[in-house]
Amino acid sequence: MLKFFEPNKIFLITSKAPKYVLALFIVVISIGLMEALILSPEDYKQSHSVRIMYVHVPAAWITLGIFTSITLLSISGYVTKIKNFFLIAKSLAPSGLVFNIIALVTGSIWGKPTWGTWWVWDARITSMLVLLLFYLIYLIAWRIFEDKNQVLKITTFITICGVINIPIIKFSVDWWNTLHQPASISIFSKSSIHPSMLFPLMIMTAAFALFSILIFLMKYNTELIKIKNKGLDRL
Amino acid sequence: MTTELIFMNGYGLYVWSAFLFTLISFTSLYVITKIQYTKERNKFMSKFGALDSKKAEVARSQTINKEILSSSQSI
Repeated sequence: MLKFFEPNKIFLITSKAPKYVLALFIVVISIGLMEALILSPEDYKQSHSVRIMYVHVPAAWITLGIFTSITLLSISGYVTKIKNFFLIAKSLAPSGLVFNIIALVTGSIWGKPTWGTWWVWDARITSMLVLLLFYLIYLIAWRIFEDKNQVLKITTFITICGVINIPIIKFSVDWWNTLHQPASISIFSKSSIHPSMLFPLMIMTAAFALFSILIFLMKYNTELIKIKNKGLDRL
Repeated sequence: MTTELIFMNGYGLYVWSAFLFTLISFTSLYVITKIQYTKERNKFMSKFGALDSKKAEVARSQTINKEILSSSQSI
C-alpha cells in the first residue's frame, strides 16, 4: 500500500488532475456565489452582513483542516521515513496560509458592522493569528534550512507545536468569554443555523476545498519537477 | 433588485470587500503557483534538451520524466 506513495506513481495522477479540478471548482463556486450573494436570506439581526459568513467560515475550517493534515503527514513521514509525506505536507501549506489570511481579513471586515471594531485581542482571533505565525514559520523553515534531514525534523517539530493551537482555536469560544460567537454548526448535535443558510455555506466550503486541492496539485507537481531537475543535474 | 444587491441595506461595502478580498487572494495564489510550475517545467525542458543522447535515453526511461515531457498541461 505504501508503494502508492511513490512520486512516480502519484505524478501520473497529479499531472492530469488539475484541469478537471479547476473545471469542477468553477462550476461549484458559481453555484456557491449565486446562493451566497443572491438566493440566501438576510439574517434577522445582522441583515446582509451575514453573507460574509460564506467566505469567512469555509476559509477558517479549511485552514484548520490543512494545518492538522500537515501535522499528521509530517509525523507519518517522520515515523515511516517516507519523504513523500513531507512533500505532500509542504505542498498543502501555501493554500493553508492563504485561507488563514482570508479568515482573518474577512473576519475583521465582518467585525466592523457587527462589533463596531475591526480588531479585538479576543481568544478566537488571537489564536487564529498564532496559527498564521505557525504557517509562516513552517514555510520559512523550508526555505532557510538546506540540510534535508534537518529541515524534516524542524518542520515536524513546528507542526507538532502548532497543532496544540488547533483545539485552543476550536474551544476558545467555550473556554473564554469572547466577542466571537460560539459554533453554530455541530457534527454531533443539531445545528442552530437555518437550512437556507447551511446549504450555501456547504457549497462554498466544497468550492474552497476544491480550490485548495487545485493549488495543492499544482504545488506538488512543481515540487516533483524541482526534484527531477536536480536528478538531471546528477546524470 | 440590483440596487439591493449592490448596497445590501448599507452593508454592501463590507460584504463586497470581503468577497473581493477572497477573489484577489485566490487569483494571486493561483497565478503565483502557475508561474512557479511553468518556470520549473521550462527549466526541466531546457536541461533535458541539453543532455547528450545517452543521458537523455537514461532520463527518458523514468516514467515521471516521460510524463513531465509529455504533459502539455494548460493549467
